[in-house]
Amino acid sequence: MTNHWIDLKNSDAIFIIGCNPAENHPISFKWIEKAMDDGGKLIVADPRYTRSASKADIYAQLRPGTDIAFLGGMINYALQNNMIHEEYVREYTNAAFIINEKFNFQDGLFCSFDDQEKSYDLKSWAYENDAAGNPKRDMSMKDPRCVYQLLKKHYSRYDADMVCSITGTKKEDFLKVAKTFCATGRADKAGTILYAMGITQSTHGTQNVRAVAMLQMLLGNIGIAGGGVNALRGESNVQGSTDYGLLFNSLPGYLKLPEFANTDFKAYIEKYTPKTKDAKSANWWGNTPKYITSLLKAWYGDNATPENDFCYNYLPKWSSNYSYSKIIERMGKGEVEGLVCMGMNPAMGGPDSNSARGALDKLKWLVTVDLWQTETSIFWKRPGVNPKDIHTEVFMLPAASSVEKEGSISNSGRWAQWRYKAVEPVGESKSDLWIINQFFKRVQALYTKDKGVFPEPITKLAWNYGDGHEPDVHLVAKEINGYFTKDTTIVDKDKTLEFKKGDQVPMFKYLQADGSTTSGCWIYCGSYTKEGNQMARRDASDPTGLGLFPKWSWCWPLNRRIIYNRASVTPDGAPFNPKRPVIAWDALEKKWKGDVPDGPWPPMKDAKEGKYPFIMLAEGHGRLYALDMKDGPFPEHYEPMESPARNQLSKVQNNPLVKIPANISSDLVKFPLIGTTYRMTEHWQTGGMTRSLPWLVELVPDMFVEISESLAKQKGIKKGDKVKVTTERGAIEAVALVTSRLKPFNVDGKSVEQVGMPWHFGYSGLAKGDSANLLTPTVGCANTNIPEFKAFLCNIEKGGTKA
Amino acid sequence: MGMSRRDFLRGGALAAAGVALTGRPGEASADAPQTRIKGLKSSTTICPYCAVGCGLLVHTKDGKIVNIEGDPQHPINHGSLCSKGSSLFQVAVNENRLQKVMYRAPGSDKFEEKSWDWAMDRIALRLKETRDKNFKAKEINKKDNKEYVVNRTEGMAFFGGAGLDNEECYLWSKFSRAMGVGMLEHQARL
Repeated sequence: MTNHWIDLKNSDAIFIIGCNPAENHPISFKWIEKAMDDGGKLIVADPRYTRSASKADIYAQLRPGTDIAFLGGMINYALQNNMIHEEYVREYTNAAFIINEKFNFQDGLFCSFDDQEKSYDLKSWAYENDAAGNPKRDMSMKDPRCVYQLLKKHYSRYDADMVCSITGTKKEDFLKVAKTFCATGRADKAGTILYAMGITQSTHGTQNVRAVAMLQMLLGNIGIAGGGVNALRGESNVQGSTDYGLLFNSLPGYLKLPEFANTDFKAYIEKYTPKTKDAKSANWWGNTPKYITSLLKAWYGDNATPENDFCYNYLPKWSSNYSYSKIIERMGKGEVEGLVCMGMNPAMGGPDSNSARGALDKLKWLVTVDLWQTETSIFWKRPGVNPKDIHTEVFMLPAASSVEKEGSISNSGRWAQWRYKAVEPVGESKSDLWIINQFFKRVQALYTKDKGVFPEPITKLAWNYGDGHEPDVHLVAKEINGYFTKDTTIVDKDKTLEFKKGDQVPMFKYLQADGSTTSGCWIYCGSYTKEGNQMARRDASDPTGLGLFPKWSWCWPLNRRIIYNRASVTPDGAPFNPKRPVIAWDALEKKWKGDVPDGPWPPMKDAKEGKYPFIMLAEGHGRLYALDMKDGPFPEHYEPMESPARNQLSKVQNNPLVKIPANISSDLVKFPLIGTTYRMTEHWQTGGMTRSLPWLVELVPDMFVEISESLAKQKGIKKGDKVKVTTERGAIEAVALVTSRLKPFNVDGKSVEQVGMPWHFGYSGLAKGDSANLLTPTVGCANTNIPEFKAFLCNIEKGGTKA
Repeated sequence: MGMSRRDFLRGGALAAAGVALTGRPGEASADAPQTRIKGLKSSTTICPYCAVGCGLLVHTKDGKIVNIEGDPQHPINHGSLCSKGSSLFQVAVNENRLQKVMYRAPGSDKFEEKSWDWAMDRIALRLKETRDKNFKAKEINKKDNKEYVVNRTEGMAFFGGAGLDNEECYLWSKFSRAMGVGMLEHQARL
């Protein structure tokens, strides 16, 4: 989230698309309802009439996988009806930037598409630079090659009739949504967009997110109280786990794991340190050398020196895509010997679970670390297999629960909150910290004793977390924050600061590229300082009344509660909305008041030191037009891989960058219905944490599928009947829930029915049932590879026997 | 027990006052009269389910959890919880929780109980064997036919992290990369 949960109360319009917070983030509704009590409007666009929809002022039905059509239609509506926040768009986004003359979009494809490689040449979409090397701008935004005009042209095709014919939305509903939400384009109004997997789990998921962000930039809704682009994260620390780089191409703090082509540290720095010639651009990633050096110092301590590139060569370099689904694919081919699962359940959590389970059969060894026996830990005795045929050695390790250990987790609003150990772990279970520590110490001992291949990255790793039974979590947290490796003097404007070797670094501004500082995750620098553990703070004061709670826990970056907040003020530093000022420039004291500003510099207009507000981009301006998306600078509607409809906007049916895998079928005779998956309040993810709890099992004991009354009538299905749902991947059995909350869609003049299902059930736990992921396709987003769980084709029949 | 919801919440708030300043384990307020938490130890925690980050109070007696409820002082949830958060007690106190290290030999049809020492030694051996056998120091790139240093093991994948604490995620990342594991992924990709 750019903003945070409590900030929802500051909204004039809350637009929920691709999530269902009343169901999946129930307590957030406390703040949504507060906004509604104060006159805010709640808008929900969703395939189903959800619990969130039941509270909404406006509900619009939206066919799964057609979000870009819907959001593109809203962008068009805002532009055609002059509802954008013009000053914000002109000054803070790249709307005025000129694009090089090669750029073109025709028949559903952007220029430079390589049909063989299924890729674009991103260089063909570059800005046009002036003689000094800065992008050219036309502040009148009239140049036909400026982003504003290109955007207007691109989305002029997304008129209300076209949009509704694609999405199946009633035109009057779409227009109500557009009119109500685009009304927040005024400087004194705030609109927020909330989304989750309904937006991301798509072959064009990243472009869906971009469409959300673009609409918010056009309406001047990023950086302000009650605004923002807010991803509602579904797991208690999936924000933190992402922050700490647990993805194949990532290092902590959103630094990049090196690729093979980054042959040495210098090449790495060169590649990942963006440059700008514009003095007004803060270009924050220009600090990359400080952050990667501090990370390597945290990992390799005194062994990391400038002479040996701070042990850069000890890092693995990736050379092909190792995203989740690709790993499962390799595993299925027998190319992976071992797998360690820390609280993850791949027999259930990914698409096409039959294939994933088959892939586990090929492992030589498997380690599961969990509170429970999971479908993954007993995959070798799952229904339909003979354990004798499965030669995997399995270690099932018992993990401590969250109240049996100490440490922090980061919520969706980036608040890192400290948790305490209330009791000892049950039985012989151990904290993950203890388990990881044991993995490391025992492996290191083996490499020290027996040598082995390239042992240095292990034998030379700095791992100093005390001599206790388990690592001292405070020492780990302090290392994440970072400390000075030698006595250091830093001159910061008019201040001279003296630090001793071993002092905690107070904030990431003081991290260095010469090895004199460490920081295990630069964005958390400031979380554990000389003043103590900031994440454990419990001061519930709220001086601004906006709900920022600056002394409750700590949030990254720098305890800034609303990011991009320099965009909440005019170029002079005056709040766009004086009633809800996030920050304001005090010209007398020459400083910002309110939230922690996005950088200390004076307002943008200041000739000497002013900076643009979008500090993480080299050009300092929010990108209405993207330079680094693999599948285009503007989001364009394509159909999901399995779709009941042709693409009405162009001849290009699916995202042209996504290869169509083998087990995809759009055979409407076999699979005439749209399938979609989702979550519910009473269960969670693959069910490990809920299907063994008697209270929750009593609330929702069975796997069910939801269908409309019309589909039930057509198929002769009654509520409570056993039904079978099939796709090209497999079949499941479930209990039918016939409901008026689901309705067929009117798509391109045809009526199309949908089948909705939760994905929480499996063959382990107290409450068992088939997993919806036996049905979902292994095909993912062109940019991130997140699977398209939300839109596929299926059929349903009465009777429970599986195929 | 003849107590209104309001009295109950007030009692909770008083009890919370005992931990309010620090949140660390401590006496639940001895001043909280006539409540079921009198004399219990209390500490704060954050819900392990979704990422709203609601606060809870954990009450213990003699080293055992006897009650978990919403933290009325937490600015996000003010003591409210959903059905999952309200069930956290059953995560902590549940006979289905794993209590022992279990091992299943290749081809076997059952788990057997093992000690941590035995399992951890054997896992360390597997990690090393697999890493060494599948370690790629260099590889030829197919596109330009040149050799590149990659220092990576292709033999194993590490999954998970969204349920771990930040400090655990950090050590997991550090350990994975030190092992040369490229195939490190977790729930954020799904």
